[in-house]
Amino acid sequence: MRHPLARFLLRRIAVAVLLGLGITLVTFVLTNLVPGDPVTANLGQRALGDPAIVAQFRAEHGLDKSLPVQYLTYLGGLVQGDLGMSQQSHRPVLDDLAEFVPSTIELAGGAILISLVAGVAFGVIAALRRDRLSDQVLRVLSLVGISVPTFWLALVAFYVFFFRLQITPGSGRIAPDMNAPPGVTGLYTLDAALAGQWDVFASAVGHLLTPALVLAAYTIGLLTRFTRSAVLEVLGQDYVRAARAKGLPGRVILFRYVLRSALVPIITVAGLAFGSLLSGTVLVESVFARPGIGQYAYKSATTLDLPAVMGVGLVVGCVYVLINLVVDILYGVIDPRVRLA
Amino acid sequence: MRILSRLPEAWRQPLAIAGGVVALAWLVIAAAAPLLAPHDPLAQDLPRLAAPGPGHWFGTDQLGRDILSRIMYGARVSIPLTLLLVVLSLLIGGLLGACAGYFGRWVGEGIMRLADLVFAFPTVILAMVVAAALGASLTNAVLAVLVVAWPAYARVTRGLVLGMREREFVLSGRLLGFSAWKSLRVDVLPNVTGPILVLATLDIGTALLLLSGLSFLGLGAKPPSPEWGAMVASGVEVFDSWWVATFPGLAILTVVLAFNFLGDTLRDALDPRTARAIKERAL
Repeated sequence: MRHPLARFLLRRIAVAVLLGLGITLVTFVLTNLVPGDPVTANLGQRALGDPAIVAQFRAEHGLDKSLPVQYLTYLGGLVQGDLGMSQQSHRPVLDDLAEFVPSTIELAGGAILISLVAGVAFGVIAALRRDRLSDQVLRVLSLVGISVPTFWLALVAFYVFFFRLQITPGSGRIAPDMNAPPGVTGLYTLDAALAGQWDVFASAVGHLLTPALVLAAYTIGLLTRFTRSAVLEVLGQDYVRAARAKGLPGRVILFRYVLRSALVPIITVAGLAFGSLLSGTVLVESVFARPGIGQYAYKSATTLDLPAVMGVGLVVGCVYVLINLVVDILYGVIDPRVRLA
Repeated sequence: MRILSRLPEAWRQPLAIAGGVVALAWLVIAAAAPLLAPHDPLAQDLPRLAAPGPGHWFGTDQLGRDILSRIMYGARVSIPLTLLLVVLSLLIGGLLGACAGYFGRWVGEGIMRLADLVFAFPTVILAMVVAAALGASLTNAVLAVLVVAWPAYARVTRGLVLGMREREFVLSGRLLGFSAWKSLRVDVLPNVTGPILVLATLDIGTALLLLSGLSFLGLGAKPPSPEWGAMVASGVEVFDSWWVATFPGLAILTVVLAFNFLGDTLRDALDPRTARAIKERAL
């Protein structure tokens, strides 16, 4: 393993495995240390009175074994790609995840795209017009974006744009009278485009837009602030002054000299912000009734559905590692001085 | 104390003043809610779901309770709990981080790996699991947020303590015979409090958002408690009556915004690179 890229990837995979182990362990310990009992959370009042049903439920989900045995059994299944059965949906957790993850990827992906475009644009404007009125306005707006409760903004947006103005579609992923596009990726926008069903595509994008904007409010604010300070820092560098002295047009200086160099910290923050986006999906999906992993996590957490919660944790952990990997690779693309080590 | 000498300049910032005034106003409302509120927050009055107008300035909810009074009383629930939450996570995270930074080795490694694990989990989902497992109540929601909030303090404190540990005045203290604890208490901690307090100010908003988010999901305050997140959630059922959800949400927004205005200005003031710019602007 002399090749630096191979060593880099290997180390990343090792970290991902450790992270996955940690996530399952934390979920496992937390949900078992605390007083809540999955049996009471899942079975109805009548079934709870019947010891036979309770015992059967415990045996079915392996809850009658000792904790270390339960954990090792779970890990054993995990290496074979078996995430266990959900106690709530009575289906394999993997099937549940396959159904719900694409919707959330669409939502979070849309939100991060919007945040990157809007946040970087606002940040550059604020930096270039430093201390002027537009900078001050953008500062207040970005702080509002960071401060607004996501669940409340979702409600307000739903009320104003759907209920009052009727310019956006309602809840769900596509119009209720439409059929889901043939499933290739599970992403309705992409699947509809691939199948050439443009009316479905338009409906899916329409249903995505408001929740993605709501979800993006926080990250737009965050990225505006960071882009502003990153651009300001680069603007003070000697090579920017030299480019100006050379008489290069402002557009060239901005895109080739300033933005390229400022993008490294911006991308770092964007990668970190993806985690908060995934957290936000819990609240946004519940308001817009989008069947996604946030909703699934909420249902599993409230019913103490252990395999499902661990499944969600693992998916999110994998996304986290993947995003970090992409960010690291992008460093090298943007800044040739960066070497993977 | 260079930090303190920079504070007055920060105060000349309009945003900091606005944030300070709004935060103070909310503290006064929380303290004097029984005197200020026009109605009993739990009293049910007819008509139900009355639109905002004279008598009920923010309208009434589906049980006919005055929303303005509930928001005022809600300040007594949300604000003290949020402050308590931030103080507790600062104490726990700060202490663990200081130990990790000062004593290093396996104590530090163990603490920081634990912090990394919590960081890797999406906050709302982890808080949700803890809150659900402990049982839905406001106290448990606070505990759940505490579980996800302490690592940020641990990380920052550890970084600062690591940098401070090798400084000459700390070493000379040790040479004079200070014990590790005394050195940490007397020489190290007083010099790292500034940045940690800024983090705490910015964290008040985050903590309130998370706490009210849990209540919104039904994992926090129980009815009839006038908790703001739970009040927004009750507005979901009566969508036509926009005022039921709108005003409690605005209450959350203004509190979070006020503390973010304050924290943002404080951070600029404490960051030497931007401090000069602020000074120039203030003069």
